[in-house]
Amino acid sequence: MLTLADVHTHYAKSHILHGISLEVKPGEVVGLLGRNGVGKSTTLKSVMGLVRPSKGRVTFEGHDITGLPAHKIAHLGIAYVPEDRRIFKLLSVIENLRTGLDRPGLTEARRRALLDKVYESFPVLGERKSQLGGTLSGGEQQMLAIARAMMLEPKIILLDEPTEGLMPRMVSQIRDIIARLHRDGVAILLVEQDVGLTLGASSRCYIMEKGLIRHHAPSADLKADPSVIHQYMGV
Amino acid sequence: MSSRTGTGFWIGFVVVVAALAVVPLGLPEFWRKFLTEILIWGLLAMSSDILIGYTGMVSFGHSAFFGLGLYGAAAALLVMRSPNLWVALAVGLGAASLVAVFVAYFATRLRDIYFAISTFVFSQIFYVIIFTWTDVTGGENGLYFTQPPFTIPGIFSARFSTVSLHWFVLAVVALSYLALRRITQSPFGMVLQSIRENEPRTRAIGYHVERYKIVAVLLSGLFAGLSGTLYAIQHRFAAPDFVFFTVSGEVVIFNVMGGMGTLVGPLVGAATFLLLREGLSRFWTEYYLIPLGITFILMVIFMPQGLLGFWKRRLNQ
Amino acid sequence: MFEQILVQTVNGLVNGMVLALVASGLTLIFGIMDVVNFAHGDLVMLGGFTGAVTVAQTGNFWLGLLVAALAIAVFGALLQVTTLRPLIGRDPLTTIIATFGVSLVLQKYALWQFGPTARNIPQPIPGQFELFYLQYPWYRLGAAVMAGAIIGGLYLFLKYGKYGIWIRATTQDRIMASAMGIPVPLVHTGVFAIGSAMAAASGVLFAPLASVTQTMGAEFTLRAFSVVVVGGMGNLGGSILAALFISLLEAYASLVVSPSQAVIVSFVVLILTLLFRPTGLFVPTPK
Repeated sequence: MLTLADVHTHYAKSHILHGISLEVKPGEVVGLLGRNGVGKSTTLKSVMGLVRPSKGRVTFEGHDITGLPAHKIAHLGIAYVPEDRRIFKLLSVIENLRTGLDRPGLTEARRRALLDKVYESFPVLGERKSQLGGTLSGGEQQMLAIARAMMLEPKIILLDEPTEGLMPRMVSQIRDIIARLHRDGVAILLVEQDVGLTLGASSRCYIMEKGLIRHHAPSADLKADPSVIHQYMGV
Repeated sequence: MSSRTGTGFWIGFVVVVAALAVVPLGLPEFWRKFLTEILIWGLLAMSSDILIGYTGMVSFGHSAFFGLGLYGAAAALLVMRSPNLWVALAVGLGAASLVAVFVAYFATRLRDIYFAISTFVFSQIFYVIIFTWTDVTGGENGLYFTQPPFTIPGIFSARFSTVSLHWFVLAVVALSYLALRRITQSPFGMVLQSIRENEPRTRAIGYHVERYKIVAVLLSGLFAGLSGTLYAIQHRFAAPDFVFFTVSGEVVIFNVMGGMGTLVGPLVGAATFLLLREGLSRFWTEYYLIPLGITFILMVIFMPQGLLGFWKRRLNQ
Repeated sequence: MFEQILVQTVNGLVNGMVLALVASGLTLIFGIMDVVNFAHGDLVMLGGFTGAVTVAQTGNFWLGLLVAALAIAVFGALLQVTTLRPLIGRDPLTTIIATFGVSLVLQKYALWQFGPTARNIPQPIPGQFELFYLQYPWYRLGAAVMAGAIIGGLYLFLKYGKYGIWIRATTQDRIMASAMGIPVPLVHTGVFAIGSAMAAASGVLFAPLASVTQTMGAEFTLRAFSVVVVGGMGNLGGSILAALFISLLEAYASLVVSPSQAVIVSFVVLILTLLFRPTGLFVPTPK
């Protein structure tokens, strides 16, 4: 469904991605592992159109989306939950959600249903509907970021470090959310430092080093033989 | 810088200066004066390049330096019983540097658009003062005064002809160019360019960015003031129009047209602008600014390096 | 003397509201796309001329207001697409320089199109009332109220409108907004059109108070800059307070010095603000 073929990306003058190729199939949860600064976030941004790859192709459901503006990519069904969450701090919770709901072709009933579903999955967001995004706690902001992405009814979510800086209780909630999204048939490309969580949630993993994919294996194999993880992640 | 390009530069420099010295002899009076005027505006353009091109501080208030140089020289020439060229220059420079100190102080605290807006505001303050302080400045009517003779104290004194005035201005502008070129290529100039590229990084390396900015503003103001005094000497009158924002705007145009950060570029920009104005305004009176303005906008968008941007290294090293 | 001060207070508030309308457009545009629009005052001027021409032809002030706002909104959108969109991602200073060029062109265009003579619009609300020692035109109060109404309308639109949320989200985080499917380039153009329409509307409201000349733009730009900096760049509420504050100060100062010198007061306020509180006077201290 989502394919990257030999994607190179530059930031200003530095070459970050040296030819990334990977694939995510419909409904599949795929992990992207690697140390800090190897280009995992840049890979997600290159898919989302937030940085323009200098070479290579990104295709989604057969469309070439390389270099499309981000809002068009979002309309095709790719949602993005960035590393630093990027909640609209001065918008209320409901307004944050509405940024993904005010799109053409969405009936009022469908809007209601989407909102209801989010409030059911994240009761805390329902309680804080009219609170400003910036006043939420870190965990609540992470939930809002994921909930906001769900408003787009995406076919795939690019999830960047969802557990970063969260308390253990929140981490297990994130784990549940990922599982639920998976049950609902949403594909996920997951970038995460928490190796245990990633291997548990995903069916396959890519391991990156210095802007390249160095290893690719089913998550079960990586769990069974942790030496590969040790080699690339130093854990 | 290899010695070959060094020699190349000096040959080029001498040829251009010699040409600028000889050409006016064959020109009619009007164009001779016009060429002198181009040099004066060119000096103003180069002075602003220190800030706009090299340090990345866009000044929308260079008319204040220019105008104070102009009015300073005017004051000296009006007050003195026998007008003296050097005193006029000194007073003009003094007046301009007073403004420069003022602006320099602000430059340490304001960056980017805030600096641009505040320089705009400063020049407007001086404009309002000069425009409304009729008793001293003559207000709207301006000041008229006599041209000082060229003197070398104790040795020589002669009235300026249009040719000798041209040579005098050429000498001042050429020396100023050499001085500015030296400054921009010195370690000091390198720090200025590093501020333009990345101010926080320059600070992090350990440079006292504020001091460099102060000196940059002072230098820029001083050379701008010098062009103002030259203008006073050539035209023998001062008017509030020269302190008005229009002049500051034209300075920015010189920089963009010629190419910021090249010194020669803004000078070429000034020459191009003045020639275009002279030519176009004959057909279109003041509407010449419509095609010129559109060209300017297109250059900002598609040719930010300016006319001479491509030649930057070749001409300046 | 006391009565003079009260009259100047009314004058200051009236001028302040019209100025607030000019500055709101400028600050909205800066807030969302980091564009410092040097031609903003010239849009006020063009709006004034368009309004004056329409009123002269139809005799209807309200039609003039509407036509000017719509025409300048369309023009603003075109301007943004042709001149500013290509500059996205470059230094904000480049946008000042480019819009300065636009300002030059617009000024001379107005001279060419509308001629050198000043245009006037007759006051659409006739009559005067007694304010102490003078007859005060109702229209002056009417202009302030209309300016306030337009700003209020903008506020409601930003707060509750669908596109209002788009605008606020884009202002806060352009990149995340686009990742949420908001067509950011379109929002930018739309906001520029709205800001231009507001500038045009203030030009029409202002025309019956003074006259419209093709050189009035620079002064409006400068005053709007002062207001926007004093109010905090990109801060709508701050701009309105700053516009009232500066206009009141100028009105009081003109009791002592000539109006052309009273302008310096606003410059001094601007400079003091830049020195001691560069984030603006009327905004909470940033954390």
